Formats: sequence, structure tokens, C-alpha cells
Amino acid sequence: MTYSHSHLLGIEPLAPPDITAILDLADQYADLNRRDVKHSDALAGLTQINMFFENSTRTQASFELAGKRLGADVMSMAMQASSIKKGETLIDTALTLNAMHPDLLVVRHPHSGAVDLLSEKVNCAVLNAGDGRHEHPTQALLDALTIRRAKGRLHRLNIAICGDIAHSRVARSNIMLLGKMENRVRLIGPPTLMPSGIADFGVEVFEDMEAGLKDVDVVMMLRLQRERMDGGFIPSEREYYHRYGLDAEKLSHAKEDAIVMHPGPMNRGVEIDGELADDINRSVIQQQVEMGVAVRMAAMDLLARNLLARRQAQTGVMV
Amino acid sequence: MSILFTNARLIDPEAGTESLGWLLVKDGVIAATGSETAMPKADEQVECTGACLAPGIVDIGVKVCEPGERHKESYKSAGMAAAAGGVTTMVTRPDTLPTIDTPEVLSFALRRANEAAPVNVLPMAALTKGREGLEMTEIGFLMDAGAVAFTDCDRVISNTKVFSRALTYARSLGALVIAHPQEPILSEGAAVTSGKFASLRGLPAVTAMAERMGLDRDIALLEMTGAAYHADQITTARALPALARAKRNGLNITAGTSIHHLTLNEMDVANYRTFFKVKPPLRAEDDRQAVIAALRDGTIDVISSMHTPQDEESKRLPYEEAASGAVALETLLPAALRLYHAEDLSLPQLFRAMALNPAKRLGLDAGRLCAGAPADLVLFNPDTPIVLDRFKLKSKSKNTPFDGARMQGKVLGTYVAGQPVFEAP
Repeated sequence: MTYSHSHLLGIEPLAPPDITAILDLADQYADLNRRDVKHSDALAGLTQINMFFENSTRTQASFELAGKRLGADVMSMAMQASSIKKGETLIDTALTLNAMHPDLLVVRHPHSGAVDLLSEKVNCAVLNAGDGRHEHPTQALLDALTIRRAKGRLHRLNIAICGDIAHSRVARSNIMLLGKMENRVRLIGPPTLMPSGIADFGVEVFEDMEAGLKDVDVVMMLRLQRERMDGGFIPSEREYYHRYGLDAEKLSHAKEDAIVMHPGPMNRGVEIDGELADDINRSVIQQQVEMGVAVRMAAMDLLARNLLARRQAQTGVMV
Repeated sequence: MSILFTNARLIDPEAGTESLGWLLVKDGVIAATGSETAMPKADEQVECTGACLAPGIVDIGVKVCEPGERHKESYKSAGMAAAAGGVTTMVTRPDTLPTIDTPEVLSFALRRANEAAPVNVLPMAALTKGREGLEMTEIGFLMDAGAVAFTDCDRVISNTKVFSRALTYARSLGALVIAHPQEPILSEGAAVTSGKFASLRGLPAVTAMAERMGLDRDIALLEMTGAAYHADQITTARALPALARAKRNGLNITAGTSIHHLTLNEMDVANYRTFFKVKPPLRAEDDRQAVIAALRDGTIDVISSMHTPQDEESKRLPYEEAASGAVALETLLPAALRLYHAEDLSLPQLFRAMALNPAKRLGLDAGRLCAGAPADLVLFNPDTPIVLDRFKLKSKSKNTPFDGARMQGKVLGTYVAGQPVFEAP
């Protein structure tokens, strides 16, 4: 099976074989990453530029490491510090970078659809590292790989996504990916943090945490942004923790072998109990970080193969 | 000087009829119409070969970017676009830079319009200074200078005290107030309408209910003040019962809608296509159908182009940052004809909403095909297929959502006071 797209802009355009192709290759890279010599030449000679228009430590580090392990020349740019301040438009920035002939462009942007827009203006492979409230495809893929390795399959599972669904690109990408792979997805959270029209997404919506967690195989917690805690969306941090924070008691309603996930960074004591997050029998949060590097290596490898094949078809010679 | 149009399919919105016949223009005014027999003599004859002859479109809410942003649209380019689109009267918006809120700025705009635009231009002025919603403008002086209506365009006057006083003052002068019904806080920063599509795209959204909330408030203010009021764009099903009730109760209220809300829905935004970003945002298909039904039964009176030129730079941005608005003077008629071809509305019904009703609301003689009305006419073939190429538009800005669209309808000639201002090549 192969990955059939020239970019990775979101989960929405992908078909199940695309997803499986990335996960299968990522499985191999996960094994490579556990060896002493963690190096491959899949991206040797290629240039990867990370453009982060929004603060990120974890995702940026993960992409940077993934590129370096595959032998790419990696450059990371913190965009909010540079051209944006000078009033340069997104498209001008893209065209400027495009002139430097990058092969892989990893982009995070605070506005939904910004990465789609940028991908139309450059002739390299673009990876969406999160755009506004739209999508965060590599997060959904690394979650999927973590689930597949923990549960032995990625279908016919009951998966609950809990918390601030409305503002979460992670939730959107996960709803789409898990749905495409034929799982039952439940969303749990206060109605003020549910997006409009959510019932049409092929999910079950719960406002009560215990009812929602009943017999699920996977519990995915979402981060609650500090700025949402001010009484605008929820009354207070402590009431939120009481009703929607994951602790051992609430988790007891899930299946006995249910795993707990979180995309990080965690607010311990707001959406998740600190002890539970560290419980290696239940929490796979560290594995998620580990799979993140492997999934990003796989995605960039597959995109680079497609890019080189396309260039070869255009020029008729080996590159 | 007389011109005789022969063998024309006469679209008479007032009588609600279409019939084959002739139309005689004398000294810029329609002198007579009739069927094929007993044709009068004239200095000049235009053989229409069965094409439609209708009153020229009266378009309320055209943005011409003078003063301030002539690179987006000038009176000359807007006027040429209007002529090419069969629009014989542009009722222009005051949301320019600076705002048209004093008689001096209004006179400047009107002078530019008279020099450069081949069609009639009737300017509107702001209702509050700088469209800031704080102090009313010199409504009396502005009327003397030629303002035909008062509007803060897409800005809602959220201070109810200010708005009620402005409405009261406007009523005493018989001035028409045009408002944008919308709950301002709910709609702040919104790029799309709430719902599945908005959530899928992760875009900031406004509930369709915000329009009804805005309209409900304005209707209450009309009951208080008795002012003459026109809602610029009613685009949602939920607002329609309130509008119908206000009309039944005898308030002096009319309503318009935009051609884009009649012919497109929220799904057309697809993959963040910013040329489809308009204000208010495109709605669900159910809303579009409800608005068409409301036009048919007369709850909604007017179709406008809401012509809003934007340059490429302000549209080539992430969706939420991109500017709102679309050019539509030239696409108004072919887009409206989609409703005719879909058998939603007849040609007389369309021209009632695009010519007769807006003219009546502004107290103009235009919009009719009867003797004595000004000879502002559009001659068009409703069936000619076209593929729209945005770079062939006469507007300086090319931001149309219909680029590449297959449409039907071609303007063959446009006449203002009997004079041709556009003839198809």
C-alpha cells in the first residue's frame, strides 16, 4: 500500500490505505528509533524547513528530530519573531522560502486553512503541523499508531475524546481518522466546548463523563487552554476538574484494560489527575511522544518519495 | 429624438407580464409600448429579434471605492461594469475612506460620479459620523446634497439610544434608513455560519440566529419611532417570520437580500476559497431556499449585488483574515437568471426585485416599462450560455465567486435615458 498524496494537509482527504501506509512505515521507524544507531538516509540531500507561526516546543522538536534521523538538512524558523512583524504576508513568506528550493515544508499557523493556502503557492511537499482549529494530522496519526500498538488493532474500538472539542484541531483530526478506520467515537465535554453541528459528524456526544466512559477501550484527554478557564466557557477550573477531569474513579467506568492518552502539554489537576497520567499500566502518554517521531519520519519519507517520483516524471531523468 | 425597440420580449414587473411587442422612447422617456400591430415611426429603430427588454436594474448598496481606494474601483470602472451588467442606477454606499458623512464629501463623490460614470449614480450617506455609531450625521444637509438613504453599511449601531434617536430624526425628514440586521457581539470576528461545515473547517462562526436577533431589535425600534427602514440583507429562514409580521403590522419596513445568498451556500466555500467570503457569511441550503420563497411571496422586496471590490492582496490571506465582499455588478443578472432557469422566479418577478421595488423604495420613477417612466432599459438574451472569466470583468477588482462558472444570460445593450451606455460587441 502506498500514500497517494503530494502533501499532508489533513486527515480529511486521506483514504484508509493512505493512513495504513503511513502507520506501517512508522512501525518500522519506531523500531529503528529504539536502536543505538538511529539513522537512515531516506531524506539524504533533501532540505526540510519548519515554519512555526505559533509557539511550539514539542511538535517542532519532534519534526526536527524526525528530519535529522532521516538525513535531511533541517532548518527551523520561529516565524512570529521575523517576517510577520515586518508585515510580510503569508504568501510572500512562502514564495521567499520556495525560492530556496526546500523539499519538505512543515508549517504550523494560528489560522485555519493557512497551510492549505500556502501549499497552493509552493512546489514542495507541505506537512500541516497544526492550523488554527482545523487539523493536526500528524497528531492523529501518532495517536492511531499508539492505539494500534497498544490494542493490536485500529478498528472496532470504542474511543472517547474528552474536553475542549470546540477549539481543538487534535479532536477534529482524530474524529476523522478514527471514523475512517471504523471505530466508534464518543465525545465528552460541557456543551459550551462542543462545536456546532457536531451530531452530524458520526459521533456520539455525552455531557456526562461517567456515562460517556462506560466500556470504552481508549480515553483521549484534550488540553484545556488557560484562556478558556476564565468563566467564558466553563465556570471555573475546579468545577471543570470535578465534572470532566480524568481520575481513577471516572476511569473505572471504562474497560479494565482501557488506555489513557493526552496530546500534551498536560494541565495536571485540571483535565487529568497527575498520578493517573504517570501510571504506566494505564497511561500511554510517553509512547505517544515516542510514536510522534516515528510517524513524522514515515510521513516525510512517503511525501519525499512522491515528490521525487513527480520530479522524475516531469524531467524524465533520475534525480 | 426617438428610438423604437421592435420585436422585443417586454418584461413588465409592474403588471407582472412578459409579452412580445414594441417600445417607443422619446426624449429619454418611455413614450408608449404595444403589441406588433400599429407600430409608430421613430428616428431610430432597434430590432430586438425576440430578446428581453426590461427596466434597467436599480442596485442598492454598490460600493465604489472613491474616495480613498481608487485602485480597487473608481466611478468610471464601476460605471462601466454596471452598464455591462444592465445596471442603470447604482445606489452607492458611504463606507469609503473617508466615510461619506458630510455634504462636502458627498458632493465630491457625486461630482466624480457625474464626470465618470455612464449610468445614474445616487449616493447614500452614513447615518452616524465615521460610521462609528455614536453621533448622527447632518441628515438634512446630506439630503439637500443628494443623499437618497442613510446607512452605516455592515456596521451595526449597537448603542440603541443612538440608533433610536437617529431613526426618530430621520423620520421627521422622511429619510430612508438602511441597516444591517445582526447581533453585533455574536457575529464579531465570524467568518462563516455555525454548523457542521464551520466546525469541519475550524473557522470562527456566527449562528444564523444572530440575524433574527438584530432584526427583532430593529423592528422594536421601528415600532417606537415610525421610521422608514430597509434591511440590507435578510439571508436566513429564522428572520423571515419576524419580517413578515412587521410588514403585516404596517411598519414602514422593506428588506433586501444579496445575489450571492440567493445563488450560493456555505458549502461553496469548500477549501477556504476566500472569494466566497461575504458579509453576512453564506448560509445553509435550507436558508437559501427559504429566502427564494420569501422573494416569491414578497416578504423580501429587493435583490442587490452588494458589489464590494477587494484587491487580490486582501483576499490572498488565510480565510479568517481575508477581506469580505465580492464584485457583482456584471454577474448580478446572469446569476439572477439561474433562479429563472431553475423555475424559482419568473422574469417579471426578478425585475420586480431588481428594478421596480428598489426604485419605489427610493421614490424613483425608474423600474417600470410604462409611458412616462425614464427610458433606463436593459436588453438581454436570458439563454445565451457563458463561462465567466474574472479577468474580463470591467471592475478594477476581480474578486468574483463566479470565476469559471457556467451561467446563462448575456446583456446585449444597456440604455440610460434612451442613450446606449453599453452595447455587446
